[in-house]
Amino acid sequence: MAAMTGSAFAEAGADLKLVGVQKRFPGFTAIENLDLTIPAGSFFALLGPSGCGKTTTLRLVAGLEEVSAGRILIGGKDVTATKAYQRPVNTVFQSYALFPHLSILENVAFGLRRRKMTDALTRAHEALNLVELDHLSARKPAQLSGGQQQRVALARAVVNRPALLLLDEPLGALDLKLRRQMQLELKSIQGEVGLTFLHVTHDQEEAMTMADTVAVMNKGRIEQMGAPAILYELPRTAFVANFLGQSNLFSGLVAGETSNSIAVDIAGSRIVVPKSRAQRHGGEVTIGVRPEKLILTRTAPNANSALNSLGPGRITDVSFSGVSTQFSVEIPSVGAVVVFAQNLQASPMASVGDAVWVSWNVEHGFGLEDDERSAARFSADESTAMIAAHRKDALLAELEDS
Amino acid sequence: MSTQEAAALATAGNAVETPAGSGRGRKRDSNFGGWILPVYTAVALLFLLIPIAYTFVFSFNRSLKSNISWRGFTFDNWTGVCKAQGVCEAVGNSLLVGVIATFLATVLGTMIALALVRYRFRFRSAISLLLFLPMATPEVVLGAGLAAEFLTAGVQKGLVTIILAHTMFCISFVVVTVKARVASLDPALEEAGRDLYGSPGQVFWRITFPLLVPGIVSAALLSFSLSFDDFIITNFNSGAETTFPKFVYIAAARGIPAEANVVASAVFVLALVVVIVSQVSAAARRRRLAAT
Amino acid sequence: MAFSAFAPSTVSEQAPRRKSRVALLLLLPGILYLLLFFLVPLLSLILTSLQAPTVSGDIGQYRTAFEWQNYSTAIGQYGGQILRSFVYAVLATVFALLFSYPLAYFIGVKARPYPLLQNLALILVIAPFFISFLLRTLAWKQLLSDESAIVTGLKALALLAPDAHVTGTPVAVVFGLTYNFIPFMTLPLYASLERLDLRYLEAGNDLYATPFSTFLRVTIPLSMPGIVSGVLLTFIPAAGDYVNASREFLGGTGTTMIGNVIESNFLVSLNYPAAAAMSVMLMVAILILVTIYVRRSGTEDLL
Repeated sequence: MAAMTGSAFAEAGADLKLVGVQKRFPGFTAIENLDLTIPAGSFFALLGPSGCGKTTTLRLVAGLEEVSAGRILIGGKDVTATKAYQRPVNTVFQSYALFPHLSILENVAFGLRRRKMTDALTRAHEALNLVELDHLSARKPAQLSGGQQQRVALARAVVNRPALLLLDEPLGALDLKLRRQMQLELKSIQGEVGLTFLHVTHDQEEAMTMADTVAVMNKGRIEQMGAPAILYELPRTAFVANFLGQSNLFSGLVAGETSNSIAVDIAGSRIVVPKSRAQRHGGEVTIGVRPEKLILTRTAPNANSALNSLGPGRITDVSFSGVSTQFSVEIPSVGAVVVFAQNLQASPMASVGDAVWVSWNVEHGFGLEDDERSAARFSADESTAMIAAHRKDALLAELEDS
Repeated sequence: MSTQEAAALATAGNAVETPAGSGRGRKRDSNFGGWILPVYTAVALLFLLIPIAYTFVFSFNRSLKSNISWRGFTFDNWTGVCKAQGVCEAVGNSLLVGVIATFLATVLGTMIALALVRYRFRFRSAISLLLFLPMATPEVVLGAGLAAEFLTAGVQKGLVTIILAHTMFCISFVVVTVKARVASLDPALEEAGRDLYGSPGQVFWRITFPLLVPGIVSAALLSFSLSFDDFIITNFNSGAETTFPKFVYIAAARGIPAEANVVASAVFVLALVVVIVSQVSAAARRRRLAAT
Repeated sequence: MAFSAFAPSTVSEQAPRRKSRVALLLLLPGILYLLLFFLVPLLSLILTSLQAPTVSGDIGQYRTAFEWQNYSTAIGQYGGQILRSFVYAVLATVFALLFSYPLAYFIGVKARPYPLLQNLALILVIAPFFISFLLRTLAWKQLLSDESAIVTGLKALALLAPDAHVTGTPVAVVFGLTYNFIPFMTLPLYASLERLDLRYLEAGNDLYATPFSTFLRVTIPLSMPGIVSGVLLTFIPAAGDYVNASREFLGGTGTTMIGNVIESNFLVSLNYPAAAAMSVMLMVAILILVTIYVRRSGTEDLL
């Protein structure tokens, strides 16, 4: 096989290491000081809203953008100064980017031919078999459906056996049903070929179903990283708590503490959070609980050390969504609380205007690391900031011209 | 429920309409003109074709010295097109000038189009203006200007000066045509090429260039037809050399030979065939795509 | 069409942050070419327009000078032709617009459900391009000559005085200019009408506008870019044309336009300064008119 350096097939996935990576565009900083290690063979998802820097990170790894500072290592080798076409990395593009003038087969063989592989066509057919599209190999991309194009894009990348496969929201253009199906297929292909996958998405459900490890990114930084269940169960910041699912957040002063829990004063109520689930144990803290963990009662719950409760409040909105019903409860001096209740009965248990209490198991609460001021961050408008940055960029260019 | 809603909306609509009075408030079909517009279009298109038909018919005229009145049908003008003095020589010059000027303008214009879309540089607006102005300048000014320059520089006018002139006015049109094509290219395609181990050269020649070919071909066809039919600029910069339009202009004083009609008709048919073939093949391609 | 192509595009600028050395290499040959064969000629026209005859007074021999009176002489001598050129060009542009708008509207809007018909009609619109400009003008000269069926027919119907001529008159010249530049008007109009979203017209009708006022207040404003391009593409070549007005073609002694003056001064009487002065004035006048027109029609980004 070809003996070109960096052209041989990767034996297995390699690990990816970003060290102090920074990316500045004229007018704004897309990524500030990013450190990240993705172990070989894992399925890693970068999750965040648009403009959070996740796609930029992916493009830096692919070599489509140059870092402003820092180093990128793939399998221990520094590739920071290497061009895109010299990196053992392949990308499945968001728009698929299939070459419209080449057949499906030639699209898949493109990378192999560039690396002077002798059996390019055989391998391309094999890769198309893997995605069950070999029978369409003579067609042009425009003759394929969206889902088929997506699979060709995947085959075109996988066939090169890259040390690292980058997926740039590759399922974004598919409809929901096809997306679910492709998620499962991607996951099984990853298991089959044993590559390292770096998947960028803004779809939290997609990230959680597919990845071993999810990193939630915001404003060019990684907010939190871990297994999907842990991220969901124990969000560390308000941003994560609200980007990954919904959360009810309350702020208050720590009013007491035992050896394994803290008690927070929320508008006069004592709310207990286990120390192991709280990032900070003193001063003004923000604590939270997921809406599905809340129990709605018409009477004040009995005092119980295993239960936190707030109330009474009034139901301001009831919306039925099939599996569950979502209640909005306005509790004086606490604010709006969202409750998801499973529809165990035929009719909703409460209606607008009813006075209710909400309570939850102490073990379900969590304490955030942000202080109250930064807790408001999750509401920041990411995309507007991005637009402003681009506007500034364009203005600068205009000034440069004149 | 939806029918009830629709009925309610309809009633509400009527209620609003009634006070508005008759006529003005009524929503009429926008199909104004009815049959007038199609008939007008047909007549207008026929009108556009009149001189073409005339030229074509008179290419078969058994003409004497001049080709003004109809003297009977003959193929002689077509079979012996080069018998008329100077016609084929002029056509040969036009073809030579057209091919070389098209080549030069297409290469230079394509390069500029790529730079304009893909790169940021200083003096961008000045360059845009420099590209726009030749299209906004009357031909007589372009021709006289170049002639004045050649005169000052002491350049002998001939085929070379014609080619230089034609290349100049074709560049802007090439830039316009190719630029649109470059701008419509998805940048992700080239990124995918780089990602799939294509060096910059390979990415250009295997991806960018093939995708630009349709734009480049139409730019070249446009350039060639502009060059082939140009008279005004040529007249100022040709010296003693003749191109086909200049031949016609000179001959107009003493009578156009029917062979000139033959050349024009042949060019017309050829151009029509090129256009129709490209249209039909594009339609066939669309059908093929739609069928799968 | 062509005129909007250099509008500053904000969306199409892809990744404009790459090294400018490549850009320089791509731009340099073409830009140098245009500087050398477009800009320098314009400058040399200006220089030539200020030249004075040599002391010997030989025909076609001039020396560098600053003879500003070349301009006043040219205006005094050819003021009529200059004015006539603009009148003819304006008339031809107006007629071409009136002729082309319904045509372009039918092809671009009404014929939309029939792509084949659309393509056929478009081919027929550009068909005149494919036959020699000079020959199609000569064809009209024959078709409008005194002995032609059209003219004798008009005379028989008493629509034309028995001793009247068509060729050699301003009518014939304006007619020729109109005919020759119709495709330049129709194509940009078609391009903008073809993109017209029909839902705007429906919205207009829905909001109690009669078809006519929908056309006036919705269709025409939305097709303005096409109208501006078409008017410029017709007016500019028409103002500088000298083929239609030439005596060998559709013109006569009283139809001389500025193009004819430039041609005869430059190529026949070798009075280069006069020809150059006329060219400079034509160029300046057209640039001023184009700028004013583009500004007033609210499509400044065209330039």
